[in-house]
Amino acid sequence: MNECESRILTASELRPAAEDLVRQGKRFQMAYAVWEGPTVEVRYLIAQGGKRPFLLLKVRGEGELPSLAREVPLLGWYEREMMDLAGVRFLEHPEPWPLIVHEGMSVQPPPLGPEREAESRLAGESGPPTMPEVRADQVQDLIWGPIRGDVLESGEHHYSYIGEGILHYQMRLFYKHRGLERRFHDLLPTQGVPLAERISGVGSVCHALAYCQAVEAALGLEVPPRAAMLRVILAELERLYNHFHYFGHLCKTTTLKVGEAFGTLLEERVKQVNARLTGSRFLRNCLTVGGLRRDLAGEGIGEVIRTIADEGIAYLERLNRTASHQDRLIGTGILPRQTAFDQGATGPVARASGLDRDMRRDHPYAAYELLHFMVPLHEQGDAQARTQVRMESLRGALDLIVQAAKNLKPGPVCAAPLAPADHGEGLGWTESPRGSLYYAVHIRDGRLFRVKIKSPSFSNWRVFPFTVHGSNMMDFAINEASFGLTVAGCDR
Amino acid sequence: MPNWVWLGMKAGCAATDWPRHGPDGQEGHRGMPVFDPGHCPPGCAACVASCPTGAITADGSIAIDYGRCIVCQRCVEACPEGALTTSDQWAFAVRDRQDLVLTQSAAANEERALSRRIASSLKGSLHIRHVDAGSCNGCESELQALSNPFYNLHRLGIFFTPSPRFADLLLVTGPVTPAMRLPLIRTWEAMPEPRMVMAAGTCAVSGAPMDQGYAAGHGLEGIVPVDVWLPGCPPNPAAFIHALLLLLERVPQKVHGGRYEP
Repeated sequence: MNECESRILTASELRPAAEDLVRQGKRFQMAYAVWEGPTVEVRYLIAQGGKRPFLLLKVRGEGELPSLAREVPLLGWYEREMMDLAGVRFLEHPEPWPLIVHEGMSVQPPPLGPEREAESRLAGESGPPTMPEVRADQVQDLIWGPIRGDVLESGEHHYSYIGEGILHYQMRLFYKHRGLERRFHDLLPTQGVPLAERISGVGSVCHALAYCQAVEAALGLEVPPRAAMLRVILAELERLYNHFHYFGHLCKTTTLKVGEAFGTLLEERVKQVNARLTGSRFLRNCLTVGGLRRDLAGEGIGEVIRTIADEGIAYLERLNRTASHQDRLIGTGILPRQTAFDQGATGPVARASGLDRDMRRDHPYAAYELLHFMVPLHEQGDAQARTQVRMESLRGALDLIVQAAKNLKPGPVCAAPLAPADHGEGLGWTESPRGSLYYAVHIRDGRLFRVKIKSPSFSNWRVFPFTVHGSNMMDFAINEASFGLTVAGCDR
Repeated sequence: MPNWVWLGMKAGCAATDWPRHGPDGQEGHRGMPVFDPGHCPPGCAACVASCPTGAITADGSIAIDYGRCIVCQRCVEACPEGALTTSDQWAFAVRDRQDLVLTQSAAANEERALSRRIASSLKGSLHIRHVDAGSCNGCESELQALSNPFYNLHRLGIFFTPSPRFADLLLVTGPVTPAMRLPLIRTWEAMPEPRMVMAAGTCAVSGAPMDQGYAAGHGLEGIVPVDVWLPGCPPNPAAFIHALLLLLERVPQKVHGGRYEP
C-alpha cells in the first residue's frame, strides 16, 4: 500500500509487537479484515509520528487472533466490529459484546466474512445493550434515544445518575448502520464516488476525496495540479460551513440565542456560496477518480469568502469575550492527553488535548504541500480548548481558500483514464473537519474487492464517554456540542 | 463583553419572505435532470447505464422515477445528444408517489381528498416530529437550516416538537434501517390522529441508494402511510418549505406525472 511500510507477523508475534509500538509512542489508526478464500488477513494501520510513513502490520490466520484491546484500548471497537461483521474472533477481548449488530439482532453469515457471495440480512429486534450495572442507593437510569428531541441524528444515550451527577454514561450507536462497506463490493472504482459522498452528508467532500485518493493510489493515477488545488478549495469550504455550524450549535447549548443565529446564518451563507460554485450546497457531484468531473470557477471564490471572513472572525472574537458563554466551556469535559491517546481521539478533539497531528501537514494530499497553514494546538483538553482549536482552524480555512484561489492556474481537471489495472491496493486519507478519515481500497480484476472506511466520529465517539463519567447533567449538552460529533459516518 | 441583544437588533432581519416574495436562496443549486424525448436517440440507453440507483429504465421508451434520483447528474454527462439536461427544478414534493414517475404515457392520478381536507385544517400551525431513520445527515443538516435566520420556519407557523404526542406531522429521513424500523413505527403509533407523514429525501422515498445489501432500507412504502413524498439528495431548505406548504394546501404541487410545471 502507498505510503506504508509493511510488516507481516504471525499471530503469536502480534501482542509483543503492539506492546513495543505503544512503548515507542506510535499510534494505531485503524484495523480491518480482508478475507481471501478461507484465509483472513487482519491489517493494523499505525502512524509512526511526524511525517514518517505509516506502518502496516499484516497478520494472516484462519479467523482467530489474540485481542490487542488491553494493550491498545482504541482497538477495542475495531475488533468488535470485525467480530460482528467479518466473523473474526479475538481471544480474551475485555469487552466481547456486540458493537454494530445490536443485542437481539443478527446477520448471518457475516457480510464481510469468508462467504463473499452469500446473501445475508441484518434482522431481529434491537434489545437492551450490554452495560455495567450501577448499584447504589438512589441511582437512577435514564435512556434517551434513539429518537431524541429537535432535529438530531438517531443514537441512544444511557445514563446512570444520582441527582445531577452522572456516575456512568454509555452511548449506543449503529442504529443507522447501512452496511455501506459491503456495498462497495464489485463496483467499478468510479461507481464508488456517489456512495462515498453519501456516507456522511456533512463530510461529502472529505469522504469522496479520501476514496478517490485511495483509488488513484491503487491505480497509479496522477491528479492534474488545477484539480488538486480545487480539491483544497472544496475541502476547506466544507470545513468552513461545518465549523460555523459547530459554533451556532454550541451557542444553542450555552443558551446564547443571538450567537446561535449568527453562527447558523454564517453557515447558511457558506452553503449558498457552495451551491453557486458547484451546484450543490454539500459540494457533491464534483469529485471523481483522477480529478474533478468538471472545471469550477474557483478563481473568484477568494473574494466571495473575504466578505464572509470579516464577519466570521468578528463573530468568533465576540464569543471569546462573552463571559456567560466561556464560563460554561472552561473546565467542562476534560479529556486528559493520555486518555485522548489511548482511546483514539482525533482532529480538533485530539489537538485540544495536546496531540499534535494533522493529516494535511503530516501526510500532505491534494495541494496542501503548496500552501501555508498553522496547526492549532492546545493542552487543557476541556470544551474551551476544543472550541479554540476549531476557531483557529476556521480562520485557517478562510485563509487557505484565499491562498488556493490565488494559486489556481488554468489547466485540465481530470487525469486521462489509465488502462484498467487488474489488481491494486490504495490508502486514501483526509483531515476532515472532525479529524482523520481513512479509506483503504482493494481492487481485484478491475473491481472493488474490499473498501474499509474509518470516519473521524468512529474514533471520537469512543473517546467521548470518558469526559462524561463523573460530570454533571447540566454540562452534558455543552460537552457533546464541544466534541462536534456526527453519527452517520460512524454508523456507516 | 458584547451586547448580543443590541448586535442582533443592529443586524436587522435576515429572513426571506419566500415563497411570497424575496429570494429562495437556491441560486446555482442543481435540481432534478429534465428529459426531452425529442432529442433522445433510439436504442441508446447510455443514461440507464450511468444511473447509480436504477432511476432510469428503458423498456421500449425511457422512463424516469424521480423518487429514486439522487441528483448526481451522471445521466446528464452520459447523454450524447443532450436529451437530459441539468435544471433548477427542485420543488419536487408530491402527494402521490406515482407523480414522481415520468413515462411517455402518464395517466392522471386521483386526488386524495380526505387527507387534503385534514391537512388544510392545520394551515396556520403545524407541529413536526422528525425521525432520522438512517439518513446520511445531509437531510438533517438542511432541516436544521430551516431554523436559521434566513429561512426562519417559524414565520410560517411551522414548528418542530420533541414529543410525538404533540405532533401533526411525522417527517422521516433515511431509508429505514433494520434497527430504526421499530422506533419509527412506535413514534407513528404514539401520534394522535389525524396524523400525517412526509417521506423526505430520496432515501425515505424509495431507499435509493441505500436499498441494497444486508442492512438495506426501502423507504417508507409499506411501513407507514405517506401524505407527501419529497425526493432530493438532500432536498434543499426551500424544497422542504415547499413540501410543508404543499401539505398544508398553501401552495400548489408542481410535479405531475414526472413533469414539472413552474
